[in-house]
Amino acid sequence: MLYREAGQFKSSYEADGQIFPLRQDRLGIALLLVLAFVAIPQFASAYYFSAILIPFLIFSLAALGLNILTGYAGQLSLGSAAFMAVGAFSAYNFILRIPGIPLLLAFVLGGLSAALVGIAFGLPSLRIRGFYLAASTLATQFFVVWALTKIQWFTNYSSSGVITAQKMEMFGYEFSSPASKYLLVLAIVSVMALLAKNMVRSNVGRSWMAVRDMDVAAEVIGIRLMRTKLLAFAVSSFYCGVAGALYAFAYLGTVEPEAYSLDLSFRILFMVIIGGLGSILGSFLGAAFIVLLPVFLNVFAHALSLPTSVASNLELMVFGALIIFFLIVEPHGLARLWQIAKEKLRLWPFPH
Amino acid sequence: MKCIKSLLVAASLLAATSFVWADQYVPLLSYRVGPYGSNGASFFGGLIDYMNLTNLNGGINGVKLSWEECETEYNASRGVECYERLKSKNGGASLVEPLSTGIAYGILDRVGTDKIPMTTLGYGRSDAANGKVFPYVFPLLSTYWNQAGAMVVYLGEKSGGMDKLKGKKIVHLYHDSAYGKEPLPVLEAEAAKYGFELIKIPVAPPGNDQQSQWLQIRQANPDYVIMWTFGVMSAVGLKTAQRNGFPREKIIGVWWAGSEEDTEPAGDAAKGYAAMSFTTPGNYPVLDDIRKKIYGQGKGNLKELDRVGNVMYMRGVTSAVLMVEAMRVAQNKYGKGKPLTGEQVRWGFENLNVDVARQKALGVFDMFPPIKTSCDDHEGSGAVKVVQWDGKQWVALSKTWITGDKALVRKLLEESSAKYAAEKGITPGCLK
Repeated sequence: MLYREAGQFKSSYEADGQIFPLRQDRLGIALLLVLAFVAIPQFASAYYFSAILIPFLIFSLAALGLNILTGYAGQLSLGSAAFMAVGAFSAYNFILRIPGIPLLLAFVLGGLSAALVGIAFGLPSLRIRGFYLAASTLATQFFVVWALTKIQWFTNYSSSGVITAQKMEMFGYEFSSPASKYLLVLAIVSVMALLAKNMVRSNVGRSWMAVRDMDVAAEVIGIRLMRTKLLAFAVSSFYCGVAGALYAFAYLGTVEPEAYSLDLSFRILFMVIIGGLGSILGSFLGAAFIVLLPVFLNVFAHALSLPTSVASNLELMVFGALIIFFLIVEPHGLARLWQIAKEKLRLWPFPH
Repeated sequence: MKCIKSLLVAASLLAATSFVWADQYVPLLSYRVGPYGSNGASFFGGLIDYMNLTNLNGGINGVKLSWEECETEYNASRGVECYERLKSKNGGASLVEPLSTGIAYGILDRVGTDKIPMTTLGYGRSDAANGKVFPYVFPLLSTYWNQAGAMVVYLGEKSGGMDKLKGKKIVHLYHDSAYGKEPLPVLEAEAAKYGFELIKIPVAPPGNDQQSQWLQIRQANPDYVIMWTFGVMSAVGLKTAQRNGFPREKIIGVWWAGSEEDTEPAGDAAKGYAAMSFTTPGNYPVLDDIRKKIYGQGKGNLKELDRVGNVMYMRGVTSAVLMVEAMRVAQNKYGKGKPLTGEQVRWGFENLNVDVARQKALGVFDMFPPIKTSCDDHEGSGAVKVVQWDGKQWVALSKTWITGDKALVRKLLEESSAKYAAEKGITPGCLK
């Protein structure tokens, strides 16, 4: 009843082509943005910024990157953490070696470096598919971490292979407080999410989806496979690279190459699978599920004042059970659940 | 989302009110599940048992210790979340000990801004021993660099004098990560100084298969092998050495490859294997006290009494002893019987002096080397012992604490920390 489109007519191509055709959705997203940009900075404490919201946004961005590749273009990848590492270490090196480089430019260059690496390691996708491709992207993971520990130039000859992110400064303003870091990350993530949404609605996105659904057919209708697949690898790696740079600069501060281990790649893949393949919203929901749920479970277990050893194990068990539960209820992910809920709401309270 | 958030707020309020503050609060970033869970459980078990014992004996001049645990799973981002969650509770954290390199790096910058001292017992950045650049970080007892120096001294003594090292071949078999590469500057400098050949052989983590590395070792036929490994890699290394007929008497392990968790899975392949340690295995009055007063009352943190006194447990107790001593020192300056702030505890860590007499009074004589810290030296000792697995338990091989070339380590440390200071724009100096 509340959520219906009656009376909303589209009389122009612009109106028909907008991201959110329903007024309710537009209002919802506007409210969400106001909440995120204005309300939360007013009320949230430093803990929420630096321990909950910033990692959530960063992992959302990484999941978004992988979703472009796996969800939209259908290329399974286990190298997301490696692309994040490339982004982080190159942003670090750009700032270190080019004095006075603007922060955002360094992040973009970091992302572009990741994109180049992504293109190189995306080449096998022209010949192999599915699980075989996943295995070949594993090579990225091992190669990048190996190269970063091996070639000392990348870490500025730090004896232990650890880099310390420089201060984040823009126009003389230093992003040092948790709230300012949050706003910076939020702005970057919002802009990139908007770009991604538009990209997947454009002909680029459509060709990705065509390749995903059947690449032979896509080729027949004139989509150039090499360009499309490599573009997907490049864009996806760019997103992961920027996320990796933010992970180092806005979140951890000091990182070792090991922080971008295979484990992290798997976590990002799970975010995409649980959130929903081929959905922008799904990337955010999946990141929330994987990043935030264990924290909430941990807090709950403590509130119940269980002994710690029991609480720690219980938390893992509940988390695992919830993953299975959600995947059984809706194999297409949390984003699909939200879509179903919206369809139900349209008819509520008078379903057919 | 909002609903979950309000529940979270309610839960954290609940947790906060269940403690009475006026205690000295210690957040514990512990891990009891995951691949390193058993290490973490022993370490934090020892830490908590000693804190319980301190409280039972009347606290620190009457100030009781309180703590709250948070599971990190040895994962850097979980650790950062735990740190942020716990740091300002109950009147503010007095110190933090994450027992994980990744987490320690993740909160390295934060502890400085939050003014909470962080101890990293036997891991983390070696150059953090320079308190002028890292005022809030304390790699107490011994860093990786001093450990590597001591290893060379041990191998030299084993060969019959440091001059006998000339022309010897030493393999550095290492975990291919920041951790395994950390000692390289020291080992390379020592190799140049004493004229031995250093052969570096990396093992990609986790290191479940080391056949090719040990074949390589057999071909090189080295005089000694340094095993700078961690986790499953250590047990696999020992077993592969046995299979290839490499005598384990020629192997020396790093201290993180020198606990029961490493040798027991290796079975008889580990018998006679030696490793470094910053604690001396054995029994101590303080452990008897814990068994009697804590476990006797059923208040022990660990389920299995036989884990009390194992290597990781002892490291936990050591960490707690140093922490309590630092608080005691700080109370002498800032007022006895009053809870301290993080800044005050930091001063305590910087002016720590646990000599032999104090160790005897605490019932921990010879459990760890005597330690005396200063602004210049946040490590305080740098001495280690060589311990050997006799098939059932660890026993100390060295009778006294040994140190390596500390002057060399100091030089490397000054260079490395100066570079860090320049990168971060820190003006080195002592805090009051």
